[in-house]
Amino acid sequence: MDLYQQLILDHSKRPVNAGLREPFQAEVHHVNPTCGDEITLRVHVDGDVIDDVSYDSQGCSISVASASILAEEVTGHDLGEVRETFAAMKSMLTSKGEDPGDEEVIGDGVALAGVAKYPARVKCALLSWMALSDALARSGHQIDTDPDGGTR
Amino acid sequence: MPSAPFSEEEVAAIRADFPILARTVRDDRPLVYLDSGATSQKPRQVLDAERDWYERLNAAPHRGAHALSEEGTEAYEAARATIAAFIGARSDEVVFTKNATEAINLVAYAFSNASQKPTNSELSVDQPRQELTNSELSVDRFVLGPGDEVVVTEMEHHANLIPWQELCRRTGATLRWLDVTEDGRLDLSHLHDIVNERTKVLAFAHQSNVLGTINPVDQLVSRAREVGALTVLDACQSVPHMGVDVHALGVDFAAFSGHKMLGPMGIGVLWGRAELLDAMPVFLTGGSMIETVTMEGATYAPVPQKFEAGVPNAAQAIGLAAACDYLTDLGMDRVAAHEHALAERLLTALATRPWVRVVGPTDLTDRGGAVSFVVDGVHAHDVGQVLDAAGVAVRVGHHCAWPLHRTMKAAATTRASFAAYNTASEVDALVAALDTVPQVFGLEVA
Repeated sequence: MDLYQQLILDHSKRPVNAGLREPFQAEVHHVNPTCGDEITLRVHVDGDVIDDVSYDSQGCSISVASASILAEEVTGHDLGEVRETFAAMKSMLTSKGEDPGDEEVIGDGVALAGVAKYPARVKCALLSWMALSDALARSGHQIDTDPDGGTR
Repeated sequence: MPSAPFSEEEVAAIRADFPILARTVRDDRPLVYLDSGATSQKPRQVLDAERDWYERLNAAPHRGAHALSEEGTEAYEAARATIAAFIGARSDEVVFTKNATEAINLVAYAFSNASQKPTNSELSVDQPRQELTNSELSVDRFVLGPGDEVVVTEMEHHANLIPWQELCRRTGATLRWLDVTEDGRLDLSHLHDIVNERTKVLAFAHQSNVLGTINPVDQLVSRAREVGALTVLDACQSVPHMGVDVHALGVDFAAFSGHKMLGPMGIGVLWGRAELLDAMPVFLTGGSMIETVTMEGATYAPVPQKFEAGVPNAAQAIGLAAACDYLTDLGMDRVAAHEHALAERLLTALATRPWVRVVGPTDLTDRGGAVSFVVDGVHAHDVGQVLDAAGVAVRVGHHCAWPLHRTMKAAATTRASFAAYNTASEVDALVAALDTVPQVFGLEVA
């Protein structure tokens, strides 16, 4: 199946930087009520840079892999870059397969491109990204420039 | 003699009545539909009955005196009689709702409304009195407050849990529940303690939508009667799959949905003992449920009309009656035997795969045709995706029974559920697709 690329399986089995750590400025808990995927996610921002994203992700391979890719692509990056990565992930995942994703911007995130063709799974892949956006908002940083767009 | 499952020829003939079963999915694979527990497919006879309503009879039932309205009313009430007969009930005990969820809420809100302190003494003193004219029972039967208890089970679908949680929140009553054992049966060892003289309602599933467990209605009803509690049966997973006689079961209320029993979406049934329905306060109010109306207040029509506010889903009611006729023609004993045989085939196959854990009873005693399982190390969503790629439609997730999944130590399960139109080879197709799961996710299996 095109959905389960090796990269996704690797990330879901060995999620990058998994676990909850201190210090953090905001912690959020998001769930996907249709299937019970859950994530607790913490962020720590130092100046303009997200210096730690720590998380506990329980759920399907897509949701865990997506959280792992998020940790990889976001940690150590400044808010401007994260805004761009977030927008690119969200665009790809909600494109119904039209947007293949740009590896330059989202790295391993491109492995999740296949998810966009399965509407029931899009929320699994978006879960950690929406949690990140929420956690950053709670610590005073907005990264979602189109909060009502594309997630339904 | 026990009834026999349908032969291959018989199933082929049944399947020919269901146009959707001929379609393909995911790169032209034949559809293997094993999700009837969520919603069943509909035979042409049901679709034709709905179409016939709109082409020949469409008018608002119980309104107007023109020919269409008369014929439409007659057809709508005939549908009620058919559905009532299907469950061994009287016509005036069958209330149409949009689904079982609404039916259960109707009962919960009847308790709630009976329990509410009057804020306008003139109206609230009059109303119950007028409602009681035909009834031996008093509306007091439905009054709940602090100190009273409502009992459910840990295996309930959210539809038979949350309405009771909310009722308790509104009235100050206490919610209690019967636990579920590791093998997916109700734990009745504390039945006498949990269902006691403070219990006013005992609400439980006839058959679990996740575990497939068929609960011991006799035992539960007899304890409820000892303490004077009313029983509410969630019959969503029993009425479509086995012969059900509500009076023989001895429960006070039963709720089920049309769309799970080959009928249309948008129609459900609340069955209640006539004298209880008569005494119960109304839920949804408005047109056609009234007797007289003044600017100050209203009196209400007899049951079942007093619970059917607004223009009803008449076409759907007629479609559901056609579904009952269809199931009656098949024979509910044979439907049950057929689904039982399919469940046995699946459970036998799963038993030889140690990497699969069945969530629910693995023996076939008091067990229906819903089979839920987990693949260790693979989330149910991922299992379902692999099955879907092979054209096999199953349900994944917590199936609206989140507390039960917590108890059974499964975040989510994969569920196969059957109907009369399913075949043994469809079970085999499910198992064959399931066998590819360990390889896709790199599991080491023996």
